[in-house]
Amino acid sequence: MKAEVHHHNIEEHFVFSDTAKKSIFTVLVVGIILFVIGLALLAFGGDAHSHDSHALANNGSDFVTVSESHGHDHAHAYHWTNRLKVTLWHNSVFFIGLTVIGIFFTAIQYAAHAGWSALLKRVPEAFGSFLPYAAVLLIASFAWGYHEIFHWTDASLTDPNSPNYDPIIAGKKGFLNMPFYIARMFIFLIGWYAFYYFLRKHSLAEDLEGGTHRFWKMKVISTLFIIFFAITSSVAAWDWVMSIDTHWFSTMFGWYNFASWFVAGLAAITLAVLYLKDAGYLKAINESHLHDLGKFVFAFSIFWTYIWFGQFLLIYYANIPEETIYFVERLRSDQYAKFIFINLFLNFFFPFLALMTRDAKRKAVILKIVCYAVIIGHWLDFYLMITPGTLKEHGGLGFLEIGLALIYSAMFAYVVAQTLTKAPLIAKNHPMLQESLHHHI
Amino acid sequence: MAMEKDKHYLIGVFSDHDDLLHGIEDMRAKGVKIYEVYSPYPVHGLEHALGYKRSWMPRAAFAFGALGTTLAITMQVYMMAIDWPMIIGGKSYLAVPDFVPVSFEMTVLLAAFGMVGTFLVVRDLKPYKVPRIFDIRATDDKHIVAVDLAANSLSEEQITALFKEAHAEEVYRRDFEEDDKSTSFISYAVDLFTNGVTRSSRIPTHR
Repeated sequence: MKAEVHHHNIEEHFVFSDTAKKSIFTVLVVGIILFVIGLALLAFGGDAHSHDSHALANNGSDFVTVSESHGHDHAHAYHWTNRLKVTLWHNSVFFIGLTVIGIFFTAIQYAAHAGWSALLKRVPEAFGSFLPYAAVLLIASFAWGYHEIFHWTDASLTDPNSPNYDPIIAGKKGFLNMPFYIARMFIFLIGWYAFYYFLRKHSLAEDLEGGTHRFWKMKVISTLFIIFFAITSSVAAWDWVMSIDTHWFSTMFGWYNFASWFVAGLAAITLAVLYLKDAGYLKAINESHLHDLGKFVFAFSIFWTYIWFGQFLLIYYANIPEETIYFVERLRSDQYAKFIFINLFLNFFFPFLALMTRDAKRKAVILKIVCYAVIIGHWLDFYLMITPGTLKEHGGLGFLEIGLALIYSAMFAYVVAQTLTKAPLIAKNHPMLQESLHHHI
Repeated sequence: MAMEKDKHYLIGVFSDHDDLLHGIEDMRAKGVKIYEVYSPYPVHGLEHALGYKRSWMPRAAFAFGALGTTLAITMQVYMMAIDWPMIIGGKSYLAVPDFVPVSFEMTVLLAAFGMVGTFLVVRDLKPYKVPRIFDIRATDDKHIVAVDLAANSLSEEQITALFKEAHAEEVYRRDFEEDDKSTSFISYAVDLFTNGVTRSSRIPTHR
């Protein structure tokens, strides 16, 4: 009888309302305006500023030159478009992370036989639909900016007869070479999309057919995806982010990137669920579901901190120059040092304290504030991974970066919302839907 | 030999946990104060049916954890920077990042120990405690509801009727004689030392 009471609630179809479209377009327009202002400032007035910061950065640290002591700086004359290329790459990497975490979240629900999330599973599932767009943006920004972003792509570095020859980079040539790198990039993107395609196909077929047959298929696909993603997320982190600081490496880096992506993705899923609830959808989602999402964000903020700190402490304690250079470039730089502390505050102290109590995890307002903080925090985290190694003292965080992030967010939200309209908002034949409807903790 | 201190309880026995939950809700709605419910497995929603407030124990956990952090930081700062300053790995005396793992572990340790201790004290669990077992079937397949007659204004007959209304399979009265002097830790220790037995051997074995 109880099931029937709920039954009329679960037939929900998301309509992409004009109000929602308007807010997304507002974000897009604001983003474009900021982006254009940023571009104009860079193209016509950025020079004086960059000279100032150059002097400041050099005052701050004598160590920065260690990584550049091979004398191949001339290949990297700074041009204002470098900053555009780097910020395009930064946003592409960050947003492809959010997208693929949507697929990953769906996969772990199936692999773990999680029942509580059955009601909201269409939301992370829809995140995956941004993957083709994110992939195109990623490939395009790589094609345009690879030379400025990835130092190792300079062929003269691995040529023993060249004055630029760099034995360290030459030693990494077996892995860091163009054909293999591009092949890997395509394996990741096509592989992730293939898993998304089949998960989505079975999920939609389940709506029509019912039964548990599709569920078991999705469980197998999910398990395989988790294995695939465990490897590819790490290698993608080395390729797309760590290889920027080509001489440097950290064995924690794959996990570190994954943790950053995952908690940002969880925050984005929570935000999407909260906004759908605000718009009158997902009526059956109760405080207990929000509590579980809140626990996810809380727990993985701590997980990220653990990984971040694990990487930092080992490098700090061992004090080996070729490792410490990574933190010297950031902590001893006037431009970047402040972001390290903002990063730790937004991604650890704030979510840790704000979401600690049970009541906080059950309140939509607090969850929303924390989720925004976590998403901004992890965007900054990727900024800190990518910008110092590429732009050095020329880096900045201004209209250009913020504008582009808003443009990406608007595109992401638009594509995800569009996908949500294409299928019932609640998978009514999910075998564990009743568990989710009666979820109570 | 009935004494003023003796306790009189009315015991209701349930087999089905849905009957139990609805029965408890009905009885509480009709003004019965329930002393305690014993069940062989965790019944979801039981605390809610009994009207329990949220536990304050998480706050105790936070306090113990914060105490652990404070002690760990104080200890490390005192040892590493004040009492016997040492340079390790070329770092300054106050190498704060190095203190984080120890502070974290101390936080977890004190929170865990503190919570075990708090739980033992709050639930009055001690080795020489003679537990009051209302019905041994609570460890098997029955849910046992105990109602303290002294704490209720309703008569025994009224409560029995309400129990029956709530589909209790069995309702009976159970009296406990109270010891004149409750066992202290010292008498427990003396007992243990001289006889090598504990008072737990005196657990009543009714039913």
